[in-house]
Amino acid sequence: MRVEHGHGHGHHHQVDFDPTATAPDHHDATPHAGRAYRIGIGGPVGSGKTALTAALCRALGDELELAVVTNDIYTTEDADFLRKAGVLAPERIEAVQTGACPHTAIRDDITANLDAVERLEEKFPGLDLVIIESGGDNLTAVFSRGLADSQIFVVDVAGGDKVPRKGGPGVTTADLLVINKTDIAHLVGADMTVMTSDAHRMRGDLPVIAQSLVDTPDAPAVAAWVRSLLPTRTR
Amino acid sequence: MDLAALIIADSRFPGGGHVHSGGIEEAVVRKLVVSERDLPAFLLSRLRTAGALAATFAAAAAHATTREVRSGHWRRLDAEFDARTPSQAQRAASRAQGRGTARAGRVAWPSPALSDLLGECPRPHHPIVLGVLVGVPHDAAMAAAYLAVSGPASAAVRLLGLDPFQVNAVVARLAEPMREVCAHAADVAGHDPATLPAPSSPGLDLFAEAHAAQHEEEVRLFAS
Repeated sequence: MRVEHGHGHGHHHQVDFDPTATAPDHHDATPHAGRAYRIGIGGPVGSGKTALTAALCRALGDELELAVVTNDIYTTEDADFLRKAGVLAPERIEAVQTGACPHTAIRDDITANLDAVERLEEKFPGLDLVIIESGGDNLTAVFSRGLADSQIFVVDVAGGDKVPRKGGPGVTTADLLVINKTDIAHLVGADMTVMTSDAHRMRGDLPVIAQSLVDTPDAPAVAAWVRSLLPTRTR
Repeated sequence: MDLAALIIADSRFPGGGHVHSGGIEEAVVRKLVVSERDLPAFLLSRLRTAGALAATFAAAAAHATTREVRSGHWRRLDAEFDARTPSQAQRAASRAQGRGTARAGRVAWPSPALSDLLGECPRPHHPIVLGVLVGVPHDAAMAAAYLAVSGPASAAVRLLGLDPFQVNAVVARLAEPMREVCAHAADVAGHDPATLPAPSSPGLDLFAEAHAAQHEEEVRLFAS
């Protein structure tokens, strides 16, 4: 049975729920062939998480088997951004819906994200690294250790130079804090000295990287930090 | 009620349920549900169709853990649920939540019945995993029926900014029909899987298909 069916804004979608016309359900066993290292990238809306993800794909794509899970509510936009940037094959990008709760999906109930990671691992056996990009959230968002092996928290100078001082689990406990968009600090009145010294004060020995993807599009400092985490490969 | 049933029915249970709206996101997009006043009808019809089906299969799976079942029983039960779920999108949503519930269940409540189920059906439907984990037919039916309405109710709060006290009261007022649904599910729990009831809601089937089709071009916050 086929049903043509519109919903009042000028276009139609073909709906098909004839069970004999659909593909079989994909419910075979998951093969376990070792798993990829998983890095979570979190941070407030607009701080540059997707741009950093794209930069890491550019920097590491030639040396690592890489895939990305994106949680942004505008999932197709983020996926499109990465596709248009030409940094990663589209089939290596999985989008996840978070039910309007981005922090729940990376922290309290990581099921949808784990499913996406496992789908990528099934499609691409031998993946070295999966980057899980959170939807934009607040300063309390952190990744569960059951989902991400390491996590990067991204803030930007336009969000205000007091953000690192405010703390919160994202700023204080992430394995790496990235302060983005340093090239526009002087335009938004952000004092980089204050920002980085506050960040170091809040984080103790944990690392902080201040960067501009305009000045260094391949995020070399963050890419080097990622390389340092991965087990030595024998390829 | 058994603690396992309470834990699984808790919205904090990490089984992946919070990303599913039970069709209410599509109903909200179409302006069929716009306020607290529209919720009782949506939730009651969902309870009597998708909810009753889930309760029936949860109770049947729980019953099967209390008796000797032949090899292949879990696969048959899973296939019968498939046969009663014409929408591919709803089958996918059910299997996604079944997989998530099994992932959490393997850690919290490992059992020979769970191993047998996952041996025959690596990604079983949600109500079947739920039934095996709870193991008591009526409790399993209650958890499944409650989740069938609590999921969309909480999604409606998130999507429309509804008054949570009003929405909670709407769910509480479903107690009597929920008892009826679960009593019936428990009554037939020991029947041959092929003869179990097959309540259905073509409207929800269509919503689920439309929701899945539109993921590609418009923002959808929920997976189903």
